[in-house]
Amino acid sequence: MTETLIKLDDVTKTYPGTDVPAVANLNLEINRGEILVLVGPSGCGKSTTLRLINRMIEPSSGRIMFDGDDVTHVNADELRRRMGYVIQQIGLFPHRTIAENISTVPKLLGWDKQRTAERVDELLETVGMEPGIYRDRYPKELSGGQAQRVGVARALGADPEVLLMDEPFGAIDPITRDRLQNEFLRLQDELKKTIVFVTHDIDEAIKMGDRIAILREQSVIAQHDTPEAILAGPADKFVEDFLGSGATLKGLNLLRASEVELDDVTTVRAPTSRHEVMQAIEAASSPWILYLDESGAPKRWLDRRSLDEVNSIDQAGKEVRVTVEPEDTLRDALEKMLQSAVGTACVVDPTGAYRGVVRVETLVEIIDRLQREEQARQEAR
Amino acid sequence: MASLIEFIQSRWDNLLEAALVHATYIVSVVVVAIVIGVGSGILVRNKPLAREIVLGVFAVFLTIPSLGLFVMLVPIVGLGFWAPFVALCMYALLPIARNTVAGLAGVDPAVVESARGMGLTNRERLFRIQLPLAWPVILTGVRVAALLTAGIAAIATLVNGGGLGDFIKSGLARLGAPNSAESMWVGTLAIIVLALAFDAVFIVIKKATTSAGIR
Repeated sequence: MTETLIKLDDVTKTYPGTDVPAVANLNLEINRGEILVLVGPSGCGKSTTLRLINRMIEPSSGRIMFDGDDVTHVNADELRRRMGYVIQQIGLFPHRTIAENISTVPKLLGWDKQRTAERVDELLETVGMEPGIYRDRYPKELSGGQAQRVGVARALGADPEVLLMDEPFGAIDPITRDRLQNEFLRLQDELKKTIVFVTHDIDEAIKMGDRIAILREQSVIAQHDTPEAILAGPADKFVEDFLGSGATLKGLNLLRASEVELDDVTTVRAPTSRHEVMQAIEAASSPWILYLDESGAPKRWLDRRSLDEVNSIDQAGKEVRVTVEPEDTLRDALEKMLQSAVGTACVVDPTGAYRGVVRVETLVEIIDRLQREEQARQEAR
Repeated sequence: MASLIEFIQSRWDNLLEAALVHATYIVSVVVVAIVIGVGSGILVRNKPLAREIVLGVFAVFLTIPSLGLFVMLVPIVGLGFWAPFVALCMYALLPIARNTVAGLAGVDPAVVESARGMGLTNRERLFRIQLPLAWPVILTGVRVAALLTAGIAAIATLVNGGGLGDFIKSGLARLGAPNSAESMWVGTLAIIVLALAFDAVFIVIKKATTSAGIR
Protein backbone atom coordinates (compact mmCIF):
# COMPACT_ATOMS: atom_id res chain seq x y z
CA MET A 1 0.00 0.00 0.00
CA THR A 2 1.60 3.26 -1.05
CA GLU A 3 0.83 6.40 0.81
CA THR A 4 1.46 9.94 -0.37
CA LEU A 5 3.79 11.79 1.99
CA ILE A 6 4.44 14.96 -0.01
CA LYS A 7 2.09 16.49 -2.48
CA LEU A 8 2.60 19.52 -4.69
CA ASP A 9 -0.83 20.78 -5.58
CA ASP A 10 -1.01 23.02 -8.66
CA VAL A 11 2.21 24.81 -7.70
CA THR A 12 3.42 27.71 -9.83
CA LYS A 13 6.54 29.80 -9.35
CA THR A 14 6.95 33.02 -11.28
CA TYR A 15 10.00 35.10 -10.45
CA PRO A 16 9.41 38.83 -10.03
CA GLY A 17 10.03 40.74 -13.23
CA THR A 18 9.31 37.78 -15.52
CA ASP A 19 6.13 36.75 -17.27
CA VAL A 20 7.02 33.14 -17.94
CA PRO A 21 6.71 30.93 -14.86
CA ALA A 22 9.78 28.83 -13.95
CA VAL A 23 7.41 26.14 -12.72
CA ALA A 24 3.89 26.04 -14.09
CA ASN A 25 0.91 24.31 -12.46
CA LEU A 26 2.92 21.39 -11.14
CA ASN A 27 1.13 18.46 -9.55
CA LEU A 28 3.43 15.88 -8.01
CA GLU A 29 2.90 13.16 -5.43
CA ILE A 30 5.76 11.55 -3.57
CA ASN A 31 5.11 8.27 -1.80
CA ARG A 32 6.37 7.44 1.66
CA GLY A 33 9.61 5.46 1.51
CA GLU A 34 10.32 5.85 -2.20
CA ILE A 35 13.18 7.42 -4.08
CA LEU A 36 11.63 9.76 -6.60
CA VAL A 37 14.11 11.05 -9.15
CA LEU A 38 13.46 14.35 -10.90
CA VAL A 39 15.38 14.28 -14.15
CA GLY A 40 15.42 16.55 -17.15
CA PRO A 41 17.59 18.77 -19.32
CA SER A 42 19.28 21.75 -17.69
CA GLY A 43 16.96 24.66 -17.14
CA CYS A 44 13.84 22.51 -16.95
CA GLY A 45 13.17 23.63 -13.39
CA LYS A 46 14.00 20.39 -11.58
CA SER A 47 16.13 22.11 -8.92
CA THR A 48 13.50 24.80 -8.54
CA THR A 49 10.91 22.07 -8.02
CA LEU A 50 13.04 20.44 -5.32
CA ARG A 51 13.51 23.77 -3.57
CA LEU A 52 9.79 24.45 -3.64
CA ILE A 53 9.26 21.37 -1.45
CA ASN A 54 11.16 22.82 1.53
CA ARG A 55 10.25 26.36 0.49
CA MET A 56 13.80 27.50 -0.19
CA ILE A 57 11.80 29.02 -3.03
CA GLU A 58 8.34 30.22 -2.06
CA PRO A 59 5.61 29.20 -4.51
CA SER A 60 3.68 32.01 -6.19
CA SER A 61 0.52 29.93 -6.01
CA GLY A 62 -0.61 26.43 -5.21
CA ARG A 63 -0.28 24.29 -2.10
CA ILE A 64 2.41 22.07 -0.59
CA MET A 65 1.09 19.20 1.52
CA PHE A 66 3.40 17.29 3.87
CA ASP A 67 2.18 14.31 5.85
CA GLY A 68 -1.42 15.44 5.46
CA ASP A 69 -0.78 19.03 6.56
CA ASP A 70 -0.80 22.12 4.41
CA VAL A 71 2.71 23.51 4.92
CA THR A 72 2.47 26.30 2.35
CA HIS A 73 2.39 28.96 5.06
CA VAL A 74 3.94 27.41 8.18
CA ASN A 75 7.33 28.65 9.44
CA ALA A 76 9.73 27.71 6.64
CA ASP A 77 12.77 27.27 8.93
CA GLU A 78 10.90 24.77 11.08
CA LEU A 79 9.69 22.93 7.98
CA ARG A 80 13.29 22.63 6.71
CA ARG A 81 14.43 21.07 9.98
CA ARG A 82 12.08 18.18 9.20
CA MET A 83 13.64 17.59 5.77
CA GLY A 84 17.29 16.68 5.19
CA TYR A 85 18.91 18.69 2.40
CA VAL A 86 21.97 17.72 0.38
CA ILE A 87 23.41 19.79 -2.46
CA GLN A 88 26.07 19.10 -5.06
CA GLN A 89 28.62 21.45 -3.48
CA ILE A 90 27.81 19.86 -0.08
CA GLY A 91 28.43 23.13 1.79
CA LEU A 92 29.90 21.69 4.97
CA PHE A 93 30.65 24.41 7.52
CA PRO A 94 34.44 24.76 7.23
CA HIS A 95 34.85 26.30 10.70
CA ARG A 96 33.01 23.46 12.43
CA THR A 97 34.27 19.94 13.08
CA ILE A 98 32.62 16.95 11.43
CA ALA A 99 30.73 16.21 14.67
CA GLU A 100 29.54 19.82 14.93
CA ASN A 101 28.44 19.76 11.30
CA ILE A 102 26.39 16.61 11.78
CA SER A 103 24.83 17.88 15.01
CA THR A 104 23.60 21.13 13.41
CA VAL A 105 19.92 20.26 13.26
CA PRO A 106 19.83 18.22 16.53
CA LYS A 107 21.25 21.33 18.26
CA LEU A 108 18.64 23.58 16.64
CA LEU A 109 15.99 21.18 17.92
CA GLY A 110 17.45 21.35 21.43
CA TRP A 111 18.69 17.77 21.81
CA ASP A 112 20.84 17.23 24.90
CA LYS A 113 24.61 16.70 24.58
CA GLN A 114 24.61 12.98 25.28
CA ARG A 115 21.90 12.17 22.75
CA THR A 116 23.52 14.40 20.11
CA ALA A 117 26.97 12.84 20.60
CA GLU A 118 25.54 9.32 20.34
CA ARG A 119 23.65 10.28 17.21
CA VAL A 120 26.80 11.73 15.60
CA ASP A 121 28.76 8.52 16.18
CA GLU A 122 25.87 6.40 14.96
CA LEU A 123 25.59 8.43 11.75
CA LEU A 124 29.33 8.39 11.07
CA GLU A 125 29.23 4.60 11.35
CA THR A 126 26.17 4.50 9.11
CA VAL A 127 28.05 6.26 6.32
CA GLY A 128 31.10 4.07 6.86
CA MET A 129 33.41 6.52 8.63
CA GLU A 130 35.19 5.62 11.87
CA PRO A 131 33.85 8.10 14.52
CA GLY A 132 37.08 7.99 16.54
CA ILE A 133 39.06 9.16 13.51
CA TYR A 134 36.72 11.66 11.90
CA ARG A 135 34.60 13.14 14.72
CA ASP A 136 37.00 15.98 15.53
CA ARG A 137 38.39 16.63 12.07
CA TYR A 138 37.55 19.64 9.95
CA PRO A 139 35.96 19.49 6.49
CA LYS A 140 39.18 20.63 4.78
CA GLU A 141 40.79 17.36 5.87
CA LEU A 142 38.28 15.22 3.95
CA SER A 143 38.36 13.91 0.38
CA GLY A 144 35.45 14.71 -1.94
CA GLY A 145 33.82 11.33 -1.32
CA GLN A 146 34.21 11.59 2.44
CA ALA A 147 32.80 15.12 2.45
CA GLN A 148 29.77 13.90 0.54
CA ARG A 149 29.28 11.08 3.08
CA VAL A 150 29.40 13.64 5.89
CA GLY A 151 26.95 15.77 3.92
CA VAL A 152 24.50 12.86 3.87
CA ALA A 153 25.12 12.15 7.57
CA ARG A 154 24.46 15.81 8.37
CA ALA A 155 21.23 15.76 6.39
CA LEU A 156 20.16 12.68 8.38
CA GLY A 157 21.13 14.45 11.65
CA ALA A 158 17.79 14.62 13.39
CA ASP A 159 16.42 11.55 11.58
CA PRO A 160 14.13 13.47 9.19
CA GLU A 161 11.56 11.50 7.27
CA VAL A 162 12.45 13.21 4.01
CA LEU A 163 15.73 13.75 2.19
CA LEU A 164 15.99 16.30 -0.59
CA MET A 165 19.06 15.75 -2.74
CA ASP A 166 20.12 18.12 -5.50
CA GLU A 167 22.63 16.36 -7.78
CA PRO A 168 24.37 15.01 -4.67
CA PHE A 169 26.96 12.98 -6.56
CA GLY A 170 27.33 15.35 -9.51
CA ALA A 171 30.76 16.76 -8.68
CA ILE A 172 32.46 13.48 -7.81
CA ASP A 173 34.71 11.33 -9.99
CA PRO A 174 32.94 8.41 -11.71
CA ILE A 175 34.45 5.60 -9.63
CA THR A 176 33.76 7.28 -6.29
CA ARG A 177 30.30 8.29 -7.51
CA ASP A 178 29.52 4.70 -8.35
CA ARG A 179 30.61 3.59 -4.87
CA LEU A 180 28.61 6.36 -3.17
CA GLN A 181 25.52 5.44 -5.17
CA ASN A 182 25.85 1.82 -4.06
CA GLU A 183 26.39 2.82 -0.44
CA PHE A 184 23.43 5.10 -0.58
CA LEU A 185 21.17 2.39 -1.98
CA ARG A 186 22.29 0.03 0.80
CA LEU A 187 21.63 2.77 3.34
CA GLN A 188 18.17 3.39 1.94
CA ASP A 189 17.36 -0.31 2.24
CA GLU A 190 17.73 0.10 6.00
CA LEU A 191 16.43 3.64 6.45
CA LYS A 192 13.43 3.64 4.12
CA LYS A 193 13.43 7.43 3.90
CA THR A 194 11.33 9.35 1.45
CA ILE A 195 13.82 10.80 -1.00
CA VAL A 196 13.50 13.34 -3.77
CA PHE A 197 16.62 13.16 -5.91
CA VAL A 198 17.50 15.61 -8.68
CA THR A 199 19.88 14.66 -11.48
CA HIS A 200 20.44 15.46 -15.14
CA ASP A 201 21.91 12.00 -15.74
CA ILE A 202 19.33 9.49 -17.01
CA ASP A 203 21.59 6.54 -16.13
CA GLU A 204 21.79 7.72 -12.53
CA ALA A 205 18.03 8.26 -12.52
CA ILE A 206 17.39 4.69 -13.67
CA LYS A 207 19.82 3.28 -11.14
CA MET A 208 18.62 5.28 -8.13
CA GLY A 209 14.92 5.79 -8.74
CA ASP A 210 11.97 3.73 -7.55
CA ARG A 211 10.05 6.12 -9.73
CA ILE A 212 11.26 8.78 -12.13
CA ALA A 213 9.64 12.02 -13.14
CA ILE A 214 11.03 13.27 -16.44
CA LEU A 215 10.58 17.02 -16.63
CA ARG A 216 10.61 19.39 -19.56
CA GLU A 217 10.62 23.22 -19.53
CA GLN A 218 8.71 24.85 -16.67
CA SER A 219 8.79 21.55 -14.79
CA VAL A 220 6.01 20.08 -16.89
CA ILE A 221 6.03 16.36 -16.19
CA ALA A 222 6.61 14.49 -19.44
CA GLN A 223 6.36 11.07 -17.80
CA HIS A 224 6.16 9.90 -14.19
CA ASP A 225 6.56 6.17 -13.69
CA THR A 226 8.91 3.36 -12.72
CA PRO A 227 12.19 3.15 -14.66
CA GLU A 228 11.08 -0.14 -16.19
CA ALA A 229 7.83 1.34 -17.47
CA ILE A 230 9.53 4.45 -18.84
CA LEU A 231 12.15 2.41 -20.72
CA ALA A 232 9.51 0.01 -22.00
CA GLY A 233 7.14 2.72 -23.15
CA PRO A 234 8.39 6.29 -23.47
CA ALA A 235 5.34 8.54 -23.34
CA ASP A 236 6.34 10.78 -26.22
CA LYS A 237 9.10 11.99 -28.52
CA PHE A 238 10.58 14.21 -25.80
CA VAL A 239 11.05 11.29 -23.40
CA GLU A 240 12.39 9.11 -26.20
CA ASP A 241 14.95 11.77 -27.13
CA PHE A 242 15.88 12.29 -23.52
CA LEU A 243 16.45 8.57 -22.99
CA GLY A 244 18.68 8.78 -26.02
CA SER A 245 19.90 5.99 -28.22
CA GLY A 246 20.90 2.62 -26.89
CA ALA A 247 17.75 1.71 -25.02
CA THR A 248 19.25 -1.76 -24.64
CA LEU A 249 22.23 -0.36 -22.81
CA LYS A 250 19.87 1.68 -20.64
CA GLY A 251 18.09 -1.57 -19.89
CA LEU A 252 21.30 -2.85 -18.33
CA ASN A 253 20.77 -0.12 -15.72
CA LEU A 254 17.66 -1.91 -14.52
CA LEU A 255 19.43 -5.12 -13.58
CA ARG A 256 21.72 -5.30 -10.61
CA ALA A 257 24.73 -7.53 -10.21
CA SER A 258 22.97 -9.18 -7.29
CA GLU A 259 20.16 -10.29 -9.63
CA VAL A 260 22.19 -12.25 -12.17
CA GLU A 261 23.56 -15.71 -11.66
CA LEU A 262 27.23 -15.40 -10.80
CA ASP A 263 29.83 -17.71 -12.25
CA ASP A 264 32.60 -19.21 -10.23
CA VAL A 265 36.30 -19.31 -10.97
CA THR A 266 39.00 -21.27 -9.21
CA THR A 267 40.43 -19.22 -6.36
CA VAL A 268 43.43 -19.49 -4.11
CA ARG A 269 43.57 -17.61 -0.86
CA ALA A 270 46.61 -16.10 0.85
CA PRO A 271 48.70 -17.29 2.56
CA THR A 272 49.53 -19.86 -0.05
CA SER A 273 52.59 -21.30 -1.74
CA ARG A 274 53.80 -21.19 -5.29
CA HIS A 275 53.32 -24.92 -5.46
CA GLU A 276 49.68 -24.76 -4.39
CA VAL A 277 49.00 -22.04 -6.92
CA MET A 278 50.55 -24.11 -9.73
CA GLN A 279 48.43 -27.10 -8.74
CA ALA A 280 45.29 -24.94 -8.72
CA ILE A 281 46.10 -23.58 -12.18
CA GLU A 282 46.66 -27.12 -13.52
CA ALA A 283 43.34 -28.27 -12.12
CA ALA A 284 41.36 -25.18 -13.21
CA SER A 285 38.97 -25.27 -16.14
CA SER A 286 39.84 -21.72 -17.23
CA PRO A 287 43.27 -20.29 -18.01
CA TRP A 288 43.01 -17.65 -15.25
CA ILE A 289 42.53 -18.25 -11.56
CA LEU A 290 41.84 -15.62 -8.93
CA TYR A 291 44.19 -14.90 -6.06
CA LEU A 292 42.46 -13.60 -2.89
CA ASP A 293 44.15 -11.87 0.03
CA GLU A 294 43.73 -12.97 3.68
CA SER A 295 40.43 -11.11 4.03
CA GLY A 296 39.03 -12.80 0.92
CA ALA A 297 39.22 -9.74 -1.32
CA PRO A 298 40.20 -10.43 -4.96
CA LYS A 299 43.77 -9.27 -5.60
CA ARG A 300 45.27 -10.69 -8.80
CA TRP A 301 44.46 -12.81 -11.84
CA LEU A 302 47.06 -15.58 -12.25
CA ASP A 303 47.80 -17.91 -15.17
CA ARG A 304 50.50 -20.44 -15.87
CA ARG A 305 52.88 -17.97 -17.47
CA SER A 306 52.59 -15.27 -14.84
CA LEU A 307 54.35 -17.28 -12.17
CA ASP A 308 57.36 -17.90 -14.39
CA GLU A 309 58.03 -14.19 -14.76
CA VAL A 310 58.28 -13.12 -11.13
CA ASN A 311 59.08 -14.72 -7.82
CA SER A 312 56.37 -13.24 -5.59
CA ILE A 313 52.73 -14.17 -6.06
CA ASP A 314 51.87 -10.63 -4.92
CA GLN A 315 53.39 -9.26 -8.11
CA ALA A 316 52.47 -12.01 -10.53
CA GLY A 317 49.74 -11.91 -13.15
CA LYS A 318 47.33 -9.02 -13.51
CA GLU A 319 46.01 -6.81 -10.77
CA VAL A 320 42.26 -6.70 -10.04
CA ARG A 321 41.76 -2.96 -10.27
CA VAL A 322 38.00 -2.58 -10.05
CA THR A 323 35.36 -4.75 -8.46
CA VAL A 324 31.58 -4.86 -8.83
CA GLU A 325 29.31 -4.46 -5.80
CA PRO A 326 25.89 -6.14 -5.55
CA GLU A 327 24.15 -2.77 -5.96
CA ASP A 328 26.01 -2.02 -9.17
CA THR A 329 23.91 -2.15 -12.28
CA LEU A 330 24.91 -4.44 -15.12
CA ARG A 331 25.88 -1.32 -17.01
CA ASP A 332 28.36 -0.47 -14.25
CA ALA A 333 29.54 -4.09 -14.44
CA LEU A 334 30.01 -3.84 -18.19
CA GLU A 335 32.15 -0.74 -17.83
CA LYS A 336 34.26 -2.41 -15.17
CA MET A 337 34.57 -5.54 -17.28
CA LEU A 338 36.01 -3.47 -20.10
CA GLN A 339 38.63 -2.15 -17.67
CA SER A 340 39.46 -5.64 -16.43
CA ALA A 341 42.54 -7.37 -17.74
CA VAL A 342 40.74 -10.66 -18.36
CA GLY A 343 37.29 -9.51 -19.49
CA THR A 344 35.65 -10.76 -16.34
CA ALA A 345 34.30 -8.63 -13.49
CA CYS A 346 34.76 -9.74 -9.88
CA VAL A 347 31.69 -9.28 -7.71
CA VAL A 348 32.38 -8.55 -4.05
CA ASP A 349 30.11 -8.13 -1.04
CA PRO A 350 30.02 -4.82 0.90
CA THR A 351 33.02 -5.90 2.99
CA GLY A 352 35.05 -6.41 -0.18
CA ALA A 353 35.09 -10.23 -0.03
CA TYR A 354 34.86 -12.27 -3.25
CA ARG A 355 31.41 -13.60 -4.17
CA GLY A 356 31.70 -14.63 -7.81
CA VAL A 357 32.30 -13.27 -11.28
CA VAL A 358 30.23 -11.91 -14.14
CA ARG A 359 31.55 -13.03 -17.52
CA VAL A 360 31.20 -11.20 -20.81
CA GLU A 361 29.23 -14.17 -22.10
CA THR A 362 26.60 -13.70 -19.39
CA LEU A 363 26.15 -10.04 -20.34
CA VAL A 364 25.97 -10.88 -24.04
CA GLU A 365 23.11 -13.28 -23.31
CA ILE A 366 21.26 -10.65 -21.32
CA ILE A 367 21.83 -7.99 -23.99
CA ASP A 368 20.54 -10.47 -26.56
CA ARG A 369 17.41 -11.03 -24.53
CA LEU A 370 16.85 -7.29 -24.00
CA GLN A 371 17.23 -6.67 -27.72
CA ARG A 372 14.68 -9.36 -28.59
CA GLU A 373 12.26 -7.83 -26.07
CA GLU A 374 12.86 -4.40 -27.54
CA GLN A 375 12.20 -5.68 -31.05
CA ALA A 376 9.05 -7.44 -29.93
CA ARG A 377 7.84 -4.16 -28.40
CA GLN A 378 8.52 -2.19 -31.54
CA GLU A 379 6.71 -4.75 -33.70
CA ALA A 380 3.76 -4.69 -31.34
CA ARG A 381 3.50 -0.90 -31.62
CA MET B 1 71.82 57.70 21.74
CA ALA B 2 73.00 58.15 25.29
CA SER B 3 71.09 61.43 25.52
CA LEU B 4 67.96 59.61 24.27
CA ILE B 5 68.16 57.06 27.09
CA GLU B 6 68.82 59.82 29.58
CA PHE B 7 65.80 61.71 28.30
CA ILE B 8 63.57 58.62 28.59
CA GLN B 9 64.78 58.00 32.14
CA SER B 10 64.11 61.57 33.23
CA ARG B 11 60.62 61.67 31.66
CA TRP B 12 59.60 58.05 32.33
CA ASP B 13 56.42 58.92 34.26
CA ASN B 14 55.29 61.47 31.65
CA LEU B 15 56.05 59.00 28.88
CA LEU B 16 53.97 56.25 30.52
CA GLU B 17 51.08 58.62 31.11
CA ALA B 18 51.15 59.82 27.48
CA ALA B 19 51.38 56.24 26.21
CA LEU B 20 48.38 55.31 28.34
CA VAL B 21 46.32 58.15 26.84
CA HIS B 22 47.47 57.11 23.37
CA ALA B 23 46.48 53.50 24.04
CA THR B 24 43.12 54.70 25.38
CA TYR B 25 42.50 56.40 22.02
CA ILE B 26 43.33 53.23 20.14
CA VAL B 27 41.21 50.89 22.28
CA SER B 28 38.16 53.15 22.57
CA VAL B 29 38.23 54.15 18.90
CA VAL B 30 38.58 50.55 17.74
CA VAL B 31 35.71 49.39 19.98
CA VAL B 32 33.36 52.10 18.73
CA ALA B 33 34.45 51.64 15.11
CA ILE B 34 33.87 47.87 15.36
CA VAL B 35 30.32 48.40 16.59
CA ILE B 36 29.48 50.97 13.89
CA GLY B 37 31.68 49.54 11.10
CA VAL B 38 30.72 45.86 11.48
CA GLY B 39 27.10 46.82 12.18
CA SER B 40 26.79 48.93 9.04
CA GLY B 41 28.69 46.32 7.03
CA ILE B 42 26.13 43.71 8.07
CA LEU B 43 23.18 46.00 7.34
CA VAL B 44 24.27 46.92 3.79
CA ARG B 45 25.81 43.60 2.73
CA ASN B 46 22.93 42.60 0.48
CA LYS B 47 21.98 46.07 -0.72
CA PRO B 48 24.36 47.22 -3.48
CA LEU B 49 23.22 50.85 -3.52
CA ALA B 50 23.30 51.31 0.26
CA ARG B 51 26.66 49.54 0.35
CA GLU B 52 28.20 51.94 -2.17
CA ILE B 53 26.78 54.97 -0.34
CA VAL B 54 27.95 53.88 3.12
CA LEU B 55 31.42 52.82 2.00
CA GLY B 56 31.63 56.00 -0.11
CA VAL B 57 30.83 58.20 2.88
CA PHE B 58 33.38 56.36 5.05
CA ALA B 59 35.96 56.80 2.28
CA VAL B 60 35.25 60.54 2.15
CA PHE B 61 35.84 60.69 5.94
CA LEU B 62 39.28 59.25 5.38
CA THR B 63 40.17 61.90 2.81
CA ILE B 64 39.46 64.84 5.16
CA PRO B 65 42.85 66.14 6.36
CA SER B 66 43.15 65.13 10.00
CA LEU B 67 44.32 68.49 11.32
CA GLY B 68 41.38 70.23 9.67
CA LEU B 69 38.89 67.66 10.97
CA PHE B 70 40.20 67.93 14.54
CA VAL B 71 39.89 71.71 14.47
CA MET B 72 36.43 71.56 12.87
CA LEU B 73 35.21 69.34 15.69
CA VAL B 74 36.50 71.57 18.50
CA PRO B 75 33.57 74.05 18.33
CA ILE B 76 31.17 71.10 18.62
CA VAL B 77 32.74 68.95 21.32
CA GLY B 78 35.36 71.29 22.78
CA LEU B 79 39.09 70.89 23.40
CA GLY B 80 40.59 67.73 24.89
CA PHE B 81 39.77 64.07 24.36
CA TRP B 82 36.50 64.19 22.43
CA ALA B 83 37.46 66.01 19.22
CA PRO B 84 40.30 63.61 18.37
CA PHE B 85 38.20 60.66 19.52
CA VAL B 86 35.33 61.45 17.14
CA ALA B 87 37.71 62.18 14.25
CA LEU B 88 39.68 58.98 14.79
CA CYS B 89 36.44 56.95 14.90
CA MET B 90 35.47 58.43 11.52
CA TYR B 91 38.83 57.37 10.06
CA ALA B 92 38.65 53.87 11.51
CA LEU B 93 35.24 53.10 9.99
CA LEU B 94 36.33 52.48 6.40
CA PRO B 95 38.81 49.60 6.89
CA ILE B 96 36.46 47.82 9.30
CA ALA B 97 33.24 48.30 7.31
CA ARG B 98 34.92 47.50 4.00
CA ASN B 99 36.46 44.30 5.34
CA THR B 100 33.17 43.28 6.93
CA VAL B 101 31.42 43.59 3.57
CA ALA B 102 34.28 41.81 1.77
CA GLY B 103 34.49 39.07 4.40
CA LEU B 104 30.76 38.35 4.30
CA ALA B 105 30.76 38.40 0.49
CA GLY B 106 33.63 35.93 0.52
CA VAL B 107 31.68 33.24 2.38
CA ASP B 108 31.02 30.28 0.05
CA PRO B 109 27.38 30.61 -1.14
CA ALA B 110 27.01 26.81 -0.96
CA VAL B 111 27.72 26.95 2.79
CA VAL B 112 25.04 29.59 3.32
CA GLU B 113 22.64 27.70 1.06
CA SER B 114 23.08 24.43 2.94
CA ALA B 115 22.64 26.26 6.26
CA ARG B 116 19.40 27.71 5.00
CA GLY B 117 18.30 24.32 3.73
CA MET B 118 18.80 22.85 7.20
CA GLY B 119 16.52 25.44 8.74
CA LEU B 120 18.91 27.97 10.28
CA THR B 121 17.10 31.29 10.58
CA ASN B 122 18.55 34.49 9.09
CA ARG B 123 19.99 35.45 12.48
CA GLU B 124 21.43 31.97 13.13
CA ARG B 125 23.05 31.93 9.69
CA LEU B 126 24.61 35.35 10.30
CA PHE B 127 25.98 34.68 13.77
CA ARG B 128 26.86 30.99 13.52
CA ILE B 129 28.03 30.73 9.93
CA GLN B 130 28.66 33.97 8.09
CA LEU B 131 30.33 36.13 10.75
CA PRO B 132 32.63 33.34 12.06
CA LEU B 133 33.73 32.62 8.48
CA ALA B 134 34.23 36.32 7.67
CA TRP B 135 35.97 36.91 11.01
CA PRO B 136 39.62 36.64 9.87
CA VAL B 137 38.97 39.25 7.16
CA ILE B 138 37.08 41.54 9.56
CA LEU B 139 39.86 41.24 12.10
CA THR B 140 42.40 42.27 9.47
CA GLY B 141 40.34 45.42 8.91
CA VAL B 142 40.30 46.07 12.66
CA ARG B 143 44.06 45.69 12.75
CA VAL B 144 44.52 48.25 9.97
CA ALA B 145 42.15 50.58 11.81
CA ALA B 146 44.18 50.22 15.03
CA LEU B 147 47.47 51.04 13.27
CA LEU B 148 45.85 53.98 11.48
CA THR B 149 44.56 55.29 14.81
CA ALA B 150 47.94 54.89 16.50
CA GLY B 151 49.54 57.09 13.84
CA ILE B 152 46.91 59.81 13.50
CA ALA B 153 46.36 60.05 17.30
CA ALA B 154 49.73 61.84 17.39
CA ILE B 155 47.93 65.01 16.27
CA ALA B 156 45.48 64.90 19.19
CA THR B 157 47.95 67.02 21.09
CA LEU B 158 47.16 70.02 18.84
CA VAL B 159 43.67 70.25 20.35
CA ASN B 160 44.90 69.45 23.86
CA GLY B 161 43.98 65.82 23.45
CA GLY B 162 47.18 64.48 25.03
CA GLY B 163 48.90 61.26 23.99
CA LEU B 164 52.41 60.63 22.73
CA GLY B 165 52.03 63.52 20.30
CA ASP B 166 52.72 65.77 23.30
CA PHE B 167 56.40 64.82 23.09
CA ILE B 168 56.57 65.57 19.38
CA LYS B 169 54.78 68.90 19.77
CA SER B 170 56.95 70.01 22.68
CA GLY B 171 60.08 69.12 20.77
CA LEU B 172 58.83 70.92 17.70
CA ALA B 173 57.98 74.04 19.73
CA ARG B 174 61.47 74.20 21.19
CA LEU B 175 63.32 73.21 18.02
CA GLY B 176 67.05 73.73 18.48
CA ALA B 177 66.80 73.94 22.27
CA PRO B 178 68.35 71.22 24.47
CA ASN B 179 66.40 67.92 24.39
CA SER B 180 64.06 69.11 21.62
CA ALA B 181 65.27 66.51 19.13
CA GLU B 182 65.22 63.81 21.85
CA SER B 183 61.63 64.68 22.70
CA MET B 184 60.48 64.33 19.08
CA TRP B 185 62.38 61.08 18.66
CA VAL B 186 60.99 59.55 21.83
CA GLY B 187 57.42 60.52 20.93
CA THR B 188 57.75 59.05 17.45
CA LEU B 189 59.50 55.86 18.54
CA ALA B 190 57.01 55.30 21.35
CA ILE B 191 54.11 55.48 18.87
CA ILE B 192 55.84 52.90 16.68
CA VAL B 193 56.46 50.62 19.65
CA LEU B 194 52.86 51.00 20.78
CA ALA B 195 51.58 50.24 17.29
CA LEU B 196 53.76 47.12 17.06
CA ALA B 197 52.52 46.02 20.48
CA PHE B 198 48.91 46.32 19.32
CA ASP B 199 49.78 44.43 16.15
CA ALA B 200 51.21 41.62 18.25
CA VAL B 201 48.03 41.54 20.34
CA PHE B 202 45.96 41.24 17.15
CA ILE B 203 48.04 38.31 15.96
CA VAL B 204 47.33 36.55 19.25
CA ILE B 205 43.63 37.42 19.10
CA LYS B 206 43.40 36.15 15.53
CA LYS B 207 45.00 32.87 16.48
CA ALA B 208 42.77 32.42 19.50
CA THR B 209 39.48 33.34 17.83
CA THR B 210 39.79 31.74 14.40
CA SER B 211 38.56 28.15 14.02
CA ALA B 212 41.28 25.63 13.23
CA GLY B 213 39.11 24.60 10.29
CA ILE B 214 39.70 27.84 8.39
CA ARG B 215 43.25 28.66 9.46
